This record gives sequence, C-alpha cells and structure tokens, in this order.
Amino acid sequence: MSGESFSGFSSIRRIERDRKRFDAIIRGRIKKELRKHITRGELIGKRGREIVSIPIPQIELPQLKYGRKRLVGVGQGEGAEGTPIGVGEAEGGARGAGDQPAHHLREVEISIQELAEFLGEELELPRIEPRGNRTLKSRRSRYKTIRSTGPETLRSFRRTYREALKRQIASGSYDYRRPMVSPVREDMRYRSWKEEPEPVANAVIIYMMDVSGSMGHEQKEIVRIESFWIDTWIRAHYHGIANRYIVHDAVAHEVDRETFYTTREAGGTRISSAYEMAAKVIAGEYDPEEWNIYCFHFSDGDNWGGGDDEKCFELLIERLLPTVNLFGYGQVESRYGSGHFFEALGEHVEDERLVLSQIPDHEAILDSIKDFLGKGR
Amino acid sequence: MPQQLTLQLKDLQNEIEGYARGYGLDFFDVVFEVLDWEEINEVAAYGGYPARYPYWRFGMEYYALSRGYAYGLQKIYEMVINNDPCYAYLLAANPIVDQKLVMAHVYGHADFFKNNYSFAHTNRRMVDEMANHAARIRRYVEAYGEDEVERFLDICISLENLIDYNAPYIRRRRREEAGEIDRDHPARRRQPRRLAAKEYMEEYINPQEALEADAQRLQEEREQEERFPPRPEKDVLLFLLEHAPIPNWQRDIVGIVREEAYYFAPQGRTKIMNEGWASYWHSKIMTERALADPELIDYADHHSGTVATQPGRLNPYKLGLELYRDIEVRWDKGRHGPEWEACNDYEVRKNWDTGAGEGREKIFQVRALYHDVTFIDEFLTPEFCHRHKLFTYEYNESTNEYQISSRSFEEIKRGLLFQLTNLGQPWVYVRDGNHMNRGELVLWHRYEGVPLRLDYAREVLENLQTIWKRPVHLETYDDDRPAVMSYDGSEHTTQERSEE
Repeated sequence: MSGESFSGFSSIRRIERDRKRFDAIIRGRIKKELRKHITRGELIGKRGREIVSIPIPQIELPQLKYGRKRLVGVGQGEGAEGTPIGVGEAEGGARGAGDQPAHHLREVEISIQELAEFLGEELELPRIEPRGNRTLKSRRSRYKTIRSTGPETLRSFRRTYREALKRQIASGSYDYRRPMVSPVREDMRYRSWKEEPEPVANAVIIYMMDVSGSMGHEQKEIVRIESFWIDTWIRAHYHGIANRYIVHDAVAHEVDRETFYTTREAGGTRISSAYEMAAKVIAGEYDPEEWNIYCFHFSDGDNWGGGDDEKCFELLIERLLPTVNLFGYGQVESRYGSGHFFEALGEHVEDERLVLSQIPDHEAILDSIKDFLGKGR
Repeated sequence: MPQQLTLQLKDLQNEIEGYARGYGLDFFDVVFEVLDWEEINEVAAYGGYPARYPYWRFGMEYYALSRGYAYGLQKIYEMVINNDPCYAYLLAANPIVDQKLVMAHVYGHADFFKNNYSFAHTNRRMVDEMANHAARIRRYVEAYGEDEVERFLDICISLENLIDYNAPYIRRRRREEAGEIDRDHPARRRQPRRLAAKEYMEEYINPQEALEADAQRLQEEREQEERFPPRPEKDVLLFLLEHAPIPNWQRDIVGIVREEAYYFAPQGRTKIMNEGWASYWHSKIMTERALADPELIDYADHHSGTVATQPGRLNPYKLGLELYRDIEVRWDKGRHGPEWEACNDYEVRKNWDTGAGEGREKIFQVRALYHDVTFIDEFLTPEFCHRHKLFTYEYNESTNEYQISSRSFEEIKRGLLFQLTNLGQPWVYVRDGNHMNRGELVLWHRYEGVPLRLDYAREVLENLQTIWKRPVHLETYDDDRPAVMSYDGSEHTTQERSEE
C-alpha cells in the first residue's frame, strides 16, 4: 500500500481557476439575459433575508439528444396512470438510468447586493443617497441550536429519542422485539437560541395599488415584477427595509403582501382614499426625520370625478411629498385603456420628488424602473 | 492537504479488505486518501481525477457541489476510480461508521471494475493518461490562448456523445478498410468467379444466374469502397479526427475528448449494475461483519439515504441492489428455467424452492458477463416491477407535466431498455463525407421514434461546420416527417427528404 500522496494538491487550487472561469461566463450570461428575465418575471425565486435564489439556465452545451416528446421514462412509486409526477425537483443526483428527462434549471443564489448591482449596471442607475445616516441595530434571538439542558417546553423529541436509542443499543438494553425506548436525564436535548444583531429598517416602501375592476391579472403581474425590482434596488442601499401595502378601490385598506397582489375588487376608484391612508401611516409610524420613505402607486389612471383628483393633488402637495424621498406613480394600461390621472398629475403637481411613469406592457417595465430610480433619491 | 491514513483507518482498511476477500471479491489494490470537503469536492468535480485539463465545466461542477455541501443538501458519499491501483477517497470529517461503509462500498466497485467485461478494454493507467491530457491542453492554452482553446473544447464536448459505444467490443472495420489489404493489387478479383469446367458442363457448373449474382456483388463491393465512408460510421469523432481539415493541436484535442469519452463509457453502460453491486456488498459486509452495535443507527440512516427513492424517481443504486438480491433468491430457490416459466399456479410459484443454492455463484457470474442492457433484459421480471412499483412516465404537452403513462411490464422494460441502449443517446452516423462530390458532410440520425431536440441539433450543426469547414447536413425527422437539416456556415435550412 503506498503511503505517498497521489493527488498532490498544490497551494493554489486548480479548481479555483476553473470556477472563476465559470463564474465569469455565468455572470456574463446573467447580465445578458437579465433584460429578458426581468420582463418575464422568471427571476423571482424564493427570497430569504439576504439571498435571492434565481433559477438560471445551467450552462449546458448543445448535443444531439432526444427531445422530451415521446421519450418514455421509468420511475418508481405510487400513483395511477395519468397521475402527474413532480418534475421540479428532477435536477441533480445520479445520471443515467432512472433520471428524469433533463431539467435544466439550476438555482444560483445571489445576494441582494449583487442582484442590485446587475440591475444598476444594466440600467445605469445612480446610487441612492439616503437622507441622514442613522443605522439602528438591535439584537434578536433565534432558535437555532441544541443543548443538553433547558426547559421541558423546549425539549426536542426527535433528538432526545435518537440519543436514547443510541445509548440503549450501545449498552445492549435495546430489544427489537419489545422496542421500548426510555430516555434518561443525559439523553435529553433542548432547543436553544442565539442572539444575533438585527439591523432595524430605516427605509420604508409604501406600495399602493388600484384594485378596481379594471385592473386585471396582466396589470397586477406588471406591478408585481416592477415592485420586486424596485424593492431590490432600494434594499441594496439600506440596512433594512419595511414594506407596507395599501389597496384601494373607492376605499383603501392596508393589506399584507400576498393579498396585495391577489385581491380584486369590483368597485369604482377613489385614489384619494389610498393617499389619505398612506399619509396616515406615515404620520403615525414613520417619522420623516428617522425614515427614508418611498411611495409607489400603481393604477390604470381611471379616477372618479367629483373633485377626487383635486383632493389627491392637495394630499400630495401638503402631506405626502414633504415627507418622502420619492413618490412614484406608475400607470398601467388596462383593457379599458389608460385613464387621465397621469396627465392630470403632470399638469397640477410639480415637485422633483414626484416621478410619473407609464407602463403599457411588460416590455416597458425596465424603462419605468429607470424612470423611478434614475434620480438617485 | 491530503492526509495519510491514520492508524485507525489503516486498521479499518485491513479489516474491511479481509471481509471483502472472504466473500470472494477480487480487486486491484485500493489506495485510500483522506481529503477535507473542499478537496473532495474538487476531485469530484474533476470526475475523480486530481489532474484534468483546465476547463470551466469542472468549475461549474465544483460550484454546484460546494454549494450543495455548504447548505447541507448533499455530500459525496464515495468516490473511486477505475485504475490499477484503484484510488478512493474518504472525507476527513466523516465518523468511523461512515468510513467503514464507504470502504466496503469501494471494494464492491473495485471488484466490479476488475471483473466486469465492459471494463476489460479500459486503460488502467488512466490517472497518468489524464495528467498527460491536461499537460497537452495547458500547452495549447499557452500557445493559442485560453479563449481559442476553450472555444474548441466547447465544440468537442458538444460532439462527445457521437461515438460508437460498442466499438471496444466489436471489430468494426474490415481488414481492407483498415488498409491492411491493398485494394489495387493485380491479383484482386475483378471478374466473377468461374470454376474450371469442361465446355459441355459449363452451364451447370457456372450457371448464368450465379455469374450475374457474383458480378453484381463485386460491383456493389466496388461501389461501397468508393463511398466515403464505406459504411455509415458511428464513431463521428473518429471520422473527424481522421478526415477534418483542422490543425494538429485541434486534432489532438478531438482525440483527447474522444479517448476520455470512451474511457467513461463503460461506467455509463453499467451504472445500475455497478452501483447495485457496490451497495449489495457494503450492506453485506456491514451487516454481517463490520458493524459494531452502537453504530447501527447511523449505518441504517446512511444506508437508507443511499438507496432512498424520491417519489417518482428511480435510484440506480436501489434498482441494481434489489435486482441482485432478486437474482440471488431466484437462483437459490431454483426459480428460473422453462419449468418455472411454464408454471402459472400462484401458490406453487410462491412456495417454489428446489434448494438449488446457486444464488451467490450466479450473481458473481452476472457481475462479470452483463451490462445494464442485458442485465435488465434478462433479469427484470413482472413480479419485480410489481413489487417495486415501477411505472413509465411521459411528457404531456397539453398540461406541461410529466405523468405516469403505464404500469405494464412490457412498457416498463421497453422504457428502461430504450434509456440504457446506446447510453440513451440517439443513433447518429456519418453517412457521407463527400456529399455531391462537394466535400459536404452528411450525418444520419437512425430514427427510433423519438425526435431530436431541434434547437440543440442546429447548434451542433454549427459546431460541426466549424470543424468540417464545408456545409454540413443532418438527416433526421422533423415532427415525424423525414427531413434534412443543413448549415452552410451562414444559414440554417430544413428540407423534407424521402424515406431512406
């Protein structure tokens, strides 16, 4: 048996070089394909606190191979004929027999920071200058470790059971015919916590959306994609961020994120209701001295008559614009066309904190993001 | 830095090796190395070889592996390479019970590499050969630039599946084609063979039909000799290597990629058998010999992880392992042969036991003489499919989902065999290297009812054209209609063609 080293690793690892090369290629690809992904909304994966995971095409070199049509695979498990089988998790694992037909999405995890950089480079966005530089930090406890002491309420059944089983088997007191496992003091395991510094949000984004009957699925999709990117960019410039969501038809409600994108009302539209609620939220919870405040409002531009427009202008000029870094109004185009609010706003309110943008279709999302964020506020 | 085996691991190796020999396994020496997780990921990204040529695809593998490890999603269980001696790797951080399991598993692979006929032709000094390849490609990088070499490697890799997977086991070329016989030798027959006969016997001994048939055969032979290649050539890379107008460094790279593709091919054609064999033996060695009582839980945990089946998927470790066990039981109890096949009585079949006891002997024979296709073809039984809940699935265009299409034994077997035959790759040949006498290249896809991915096919044609320089064509099927796809260096065209 030879004792000498066969693999002979050098201090500079060769694989690092290959990995960097791959990195360079994939980053080039991400940048090139960013435009496409942004408008299609494909990039939005699960979102942790700091990491976005993005499914991007794994670089696969083309080869002569079978398409998926009429290719028969073999699997194992329950289910009657016609039962759909999960394909999402097909990636990875052993190649060859039993493989799912190739599924070429590989998730690449990219920090928000990096993602924002790509976006910034692509759109040539200026960096945001936060007002003031207060960064608050607090500490927060998270349950993420295991200890052998603790209160009974935090006992981890699984871990305790496992320890007990191990001990009994090791000591020979385990009888598989009478599988009784009784934990003793030393087997006990408890969940425990760690304290972590937690940055406090010092920017707040208030999203407002018109959910009246004329806003369809298509329009909401545009709003969803656009606000994701706005979020990403603003997030990259602050330590933490708070989001608020307001929907309105003739009246406004504050809702959670999920509801914001899915709810649909049949009623008419009074934009002022949303502005009033936003103003109230800000006045009540976000002192402009301490918070960088962003408002974005999306609508198809149809507003009721009867002086509601004027009420909006007044709210904007007197209560909203003085407190915010930026107020963006994005007008999407519904099946019933585009309303008058865009023009009206342009005519009556002049303020550098107010940015207007029209988003007739998916293709316009990027330009609209640039409209909103191009001022570096 | 790789570490030497600790004394404890050394003892462990001796112990496990002893058990393996005791069971009759027969292997090359196995050299274990202990690596930390970064190193093991690096070696794994390189396919088990520490020295490979510089290429981004290894980086991509490494990236995926290290991410997977860092997030606790996956861990390399074992890695062993077909070489004499066999090299295998242990992860330094693994507990002893894992090291035992890995060692036992490795001895299974080592036995398989040495004894399965598919590996008989592989280079057992491949470690050195890979290092040579790496050195040569590095030299080309220095001489011609990274981008240039990388671009050419991309092209070669996109053609690497166009080889003749059965070539190592069959003599394809006739002697004259290999240049061993001089075609223009004066003694070579040009005229139909005529036996000496008296004149009055002539028409009986040399009947006109026989003379004509012989003449025709000679004519065909001559025509075939004039075709280029004489017969459709499945080893497309070899054809390019011999005939493409490329500089020598590129020719060398084609050769390197081809050699490595042939080297890895036997592992592709015995995936189920090889993994099944190693799993069979690790479980045997561990449960019957090596396992200490306190290790039982951890062992069970990891063993079940190895052979776990995700819903819907077929795990080759599991399929192979279960098939060997099935064979062992069947041959122990004599459940094979015409009498067994003819018996339809459920009760009789259920209690069938001739006490033959030939199971162990049979599986050793199987591991030597079969590969996945013949393994499945011969040993997959309806009972097995039913017991293990196998099914076939197909892509449903209308729902954009894969769905279970059948549970019939014939369909399952056909599906498996289709996936395994030719390593699941389409059958593609060089049909003509001098199409229309204009030096154009024609590839022929032997259609088996499943169409190619056409977007990829177009890109492959572009790559092929870069090597061949002249226009290239691919005879295939476009939506069930025979079609020929062409690329002339600037544009793609697709035309219908008549059936061959």
